[in-house]
Amino acid sequence: MKRFLPWIALLALASVPMWLRDPYLLNAFITTGIFIVAAMSLNLLLGYTGQLSLGHVAFFGIGAYTSALVSLGFDVELIGGFRVVHEPWPVWLGFFLAILVSGLCGYIVGKLSFRVRGAYFVIVTISFAEVVRLVALNWVELTQGPLALTSIPPITLGLPGLGYFDFFSKQSNFYLVLGVVALSYVIIGRLVNSRIGRAMVALKENESLAVSVGIDVTRYLVLAAVVSAGIAGAAGSLYAHYLKIIDPDVFLFLYTVTMVIMVITGGKGTLAGPIVGGLIFGFIPVVARSFASPELQWILYGWFMILIVFVLPQGIVPAIEKWFGVGEEARGPGGTEPKMQETH
Amino acid sequence: MGADSKQAQPVLSIEHIAVHFGGLVAISDMNFVVNQGEVVGLIGPNGAGKTTAFNVITGFLRPTEGEVRYRGSSLKNLKPHEVTSLGLARTFQRTSVFQSISVFENVMIGLHRRGRSRLWDTLLALPRERQSESELKARAGEILALVGIERRSRELAGSLPYGDQRLLGVALALAADPSMLLLDEPVSGMNATETTRFMNLLDQLRRLGITILLVEHDMPMVMGVSDRIVVLNYGRIIAEGPPAAIQGNPEVIRAYLGQGARKRARD
Amino acid sequence: MINMLILGSTYALLGIGLTLIFGIMRIVNFAHGELYAFGAYFVYFVAVLLGFNFFLSLLIAILAGCILGALIEVVLLRPMRGADIDTTMLIMIGAMIVMQNTEQYVWGGVAKSVSTPFPETPLVIGAFSVSWLRLFVFFAALALIAAAYFLINRTKLGRAMRATFQDRDTAALMGVNIQAIYMATFSIGSSLAAAAGALLGPVYVVSPQMGNIASLKAFAIVILGGLGSIGGATIGGFILAFAEEMGAGYISSGYRDAMGFLLIIAVLLFKPTGLFARSERIG
Repeated sequence: MKRFLPWIALLALASVPMWLRDPYLLNAFITTGIFIVAAMSLNLLLGYTGQLSLGHVAFFGIGAYTSALVSLGFDVELIGGFRVVHEPWPVWLGFFLAILVSGLCGYIVGKLSFRVRGAYFVIVTISFAEVVRLVALNWVELTQGPLALTSIPPITLGLPGLGYFDFFSKQSNFYLVLGVVALSYVIIGRLVNSRIGRAMVALKENESLAVSVGIDVTRYLVLAAVVSAGIAGAAGSLYAHYLKIIDPDVFLFLYTVTMVIMVITGGKGTLAGPIVGGLIFGFIPVVARSFASPELQWILYGWFMILIVFVLPQGIVPAIEKWFGVGEEARGPGGTEPKMQETH
Repeated sequence: MGADSKQAQPVLSIEHIAVHFGGLVAISDMNFVVNQGEVVGLIGPNGAGKTTAFNVITGFLRPTEGEVRYRGSSLKNLKPHEVTSLGLARTFQRTSVFQSISVFENVMIGLHRRGRSRLWDTLLALPRERQSESELKARAGEILALVGIERRSRELAGSLPYGDQRLLGVALALAADPSMLLLDEPVSGMNATETTRFMNLLDQLRRLGITILLVEHDMPMVMGVSDRIVVLNYGRIIAEGPPAAIQGNPEVIRAYLGQGARKRARD
Repeated sequence: MINMLILGSTYALLGIGLTLIFGIMRIVNFAHGELYAFGAYFVYFVAVLLGFNFFLSLLIAILAGCILGALIEVVLLRPMRGADIDTTMLIMIGAMIVMQNTEQYVWGGVAKSVSTPFPETPLVIGAFSVSWLRLFVFFAALALIAAAYFLINRTKLGRAMRATFQDRDTAALMGVNIQAIYMATFSIGSSLAAAAGALLGPVYVVSPQMGNIASLKAFAIVILGGLGSIGGATIGGFILAFAEEMGAGYISSGYRDAMGFLLIIAVLLFKPTGLFARSERIG
């Protein structure tokens, strides 16, 4: 039964645009979906590998800006008088480049940041995100600064000769985002249920024991950072082409906190956790908008987060699983069914 | 391959090892060998230098003088994980397992270096990945059966009784496919039943051709499993030989009784 | 120039508070900046809205910061004492969110300014002219820094705090009441942050966002100066102020705030123990 749950959820979600017409709600689904992808990528680093990286929004934003700039084109003068001119490229290329560039940033940040651990690592990651935000704000020639990049084209798929399809409408974007959510789920799922995933969890559990077993710490930390950043970059790209406008506010610490809340309350280190957390926090504003201002909502989020840490430190999904007696712990993070030896 | 076949070259040779901490001589000129397929027990009164010796052999402590050779190659300046990849695995006195992970997954992690799949194999779910995984699972099952805790495969390592956790520690060491095992007080804290189980396990390991060196306080246990005993006192080897000879050796008795007599005199 | 001095001295207060909390309790206190904002808002509330004397308001604000700190410690941190660092970090993030948005909710997002009893015309000494307010802030901050130094190095409480910093378990065995020390540490650290806010608020403006940047700058200072070192935090505060002024002057004012972060990144990557960390001692 448990194996079919993801499929059922997928089908249920896929049916939504067929009966839901309210554009406000559809919009909520779409932006929530995008944040769920980002939250899932953060979960890989935070939940599975155990690294509290609080600069994650940097990868999201870098993906957004990369994708937007690639598809809009730009013209900047670098130090030394070199002029770099870029003609607009097809949007889907922007999407892939966003993933690549974010992944590369993940690699660099990972290689440099994992020299320090614990609280210092957290501080470095936050600092990195803030620096990126300030660059986006101040390098006006490239990013338009606070005036924002506008008129970003929607994602277009197609082959010459067969016609093009613009992801312009809410319905089409819904399915696009759903597709990316599903794909990310599969990719991350495969990764964590493999030898690589086991190594990551081992690092989180007991690093020195992992080392003595022969696991190369830096290699796996950096790998987690790269994959995590790449997926966040993909989410950022979707965000840019859906909203069609991007400004440096996308780098606000606020959004990292949002992702962290989604992962923690949903259940870090579980596949479904970020999805559950994402749905909750994506839709609270929708439900609360009529009677609570944004500040009030955030106050509630803050208390909610504190409460969860006190009451359900593992998050909602593990609590539900325990209640139904379907432990992930019983199987372990690898999800393997051990072969019972009959003879002894 | 039998436990009696001796190779020309010993598996482990401790040559003129000396460990000085400042002015204190912890170990002075220690020499002995362990031959292929043997089970050798290292004993001695408290403070004799057993732990120091053990840490030197396993690469956790650098000796002031002397060398440790494994199958002829020197272990000088090697880091612990490099020592492991040569085929020499150790267990720890305080249990070292992954507490919040299941027993089975613990061993799967231990088998990490045996896995062959790469990132793309994983992401694209290629057949090579599935094959590698089923190989690892089979091997994990074998190791757990050998050690005797396969019934607990699905339980969390941290919730195991103490004796079983120590067995899991051995399982982790075995996952590295070692040709020699170094056991650090393996049965300390175990009750009689657990100790007997462990002795049986050692017997099976010896039958598989694994050479074993253990440090222990539990006399009946170590006398029961060892081919040879090495006795340490005040950082020096005072006796070496089969258990029967050691039990009757007057110097050894004096070393142990001496401790007892001194203690009684003090109180 | 005088700007750098007043920024440096108030930053030092901020940094000393955090280095005590982070050093003794090992808590990544994201709410530290919020105490800073709290101090500023409290002065606004008491001096402007209630009309109290300015200097009295400053003192009350510092006291309020102390009490709030104690409250946070007892309600949020004490129950989670044994938890790992990630958990406490998340709790502090939650506290930060609640505090910041409460301020936004109560006072609105528009920046407030605090009027002071100092004359508008600046004091002129030779070629320099400096406002009375800024001069006051500088000396007040210095006085507080000296007070903190005195507290840590010359009082019984300070000795207990230093012992806890060095080796908590041994200190407990020696009879130090760790619970009390933790509460004292958090209260003192918070009051120093509130003091920094109370002093800087009137110089600039008071807004709900001021806490964010303050937290991160406080971390930069702690890292620069080395964990647990008051002297290091003091010097770190001035270094940061200096870097900011230089950055604002030579690159562009937009990058002023970035200097702190760049410094953090540089120091952590090349000299993780900080520029001045004398091994394992505070004072």
